[in-house]
Amino acid sequence: MLEFVTQIVLTMLVGALVIAFARVVRGPTLADRIVAVDLIGILAVGLIVVSAAATGVQAFLDAAIVIALIGFVGTVAYARYVERAEET
Amino acid sequence: MSDWITAGFWLVGATFALLASIGVLRMPDVFTRMQTSTKASTLGVGCLLIGTATQLSDTASVVRAASIGAFVMLTSPVATHVIARAAYHTDVPLWSGTVADEWHEAMDRTDDTEGPREPRATSRGAEEPPADLD
Repeated sequence: MLEFVTQIVLTMLVGALVIAFARVVRGPTLADRIVAVDLIGILAVGLIVVSAAATGVQAFLDAAIVIALIGFVGTVAYARYVERAEET
Repeated sequence: MSDWITAGFWLVGATFALLASIGVLRMPDVFTRMQTSTKASTLGVGCLLIGTATQLSDTASVVRAASIGAFVMLTSPVATHVIARAAYHTDVPLWSGTVADEWHEAMDRTDDTEGPREPRATSRGAEEPPADLD
């Protein structure tokens, strides 16, 4: 039962990633793209967390921690870059 | 039993993640899109983490899952705030149906308090010539 649910959940998360990537491609402003990339990072964390429990490999959780960290720092850096680029 | 709990939490979390993604695609505005993307980071990842912690049920895994959840829930408001600030400063257009723009009103209010300060200086200057005449 859990394997079937895992397949469904992974499919839904990959679909969510594809939809968020569509916003990255379409986004009219740079802020839209930053929001979408932030969402992609969050969804990648969720995907890795599910696959860690599905495969039983605990080291995936460490990768999820690292991706969450880098996603936050990257989002803040992008936002500061946008603000700085507007000022000068 | 733990399989059922895990399956339920995973389905709820994946549903929230998918809905947040659809919201980011379909919402009309940067700020409304930001509001939907927060659902994925709190409810979506939170439910997925609870399901994984229930399934692995191992001290190291539960601690790691809890630390991921705490980190995501602490940093997601900060990141959203920084993006919103940058978007507002770069004059990203608001949705046409926006009803409240309190920051702009606050900026207008500071402009108004600076505005009367100029006429007050000029009126004081206008008061001074009679004092000079006296």
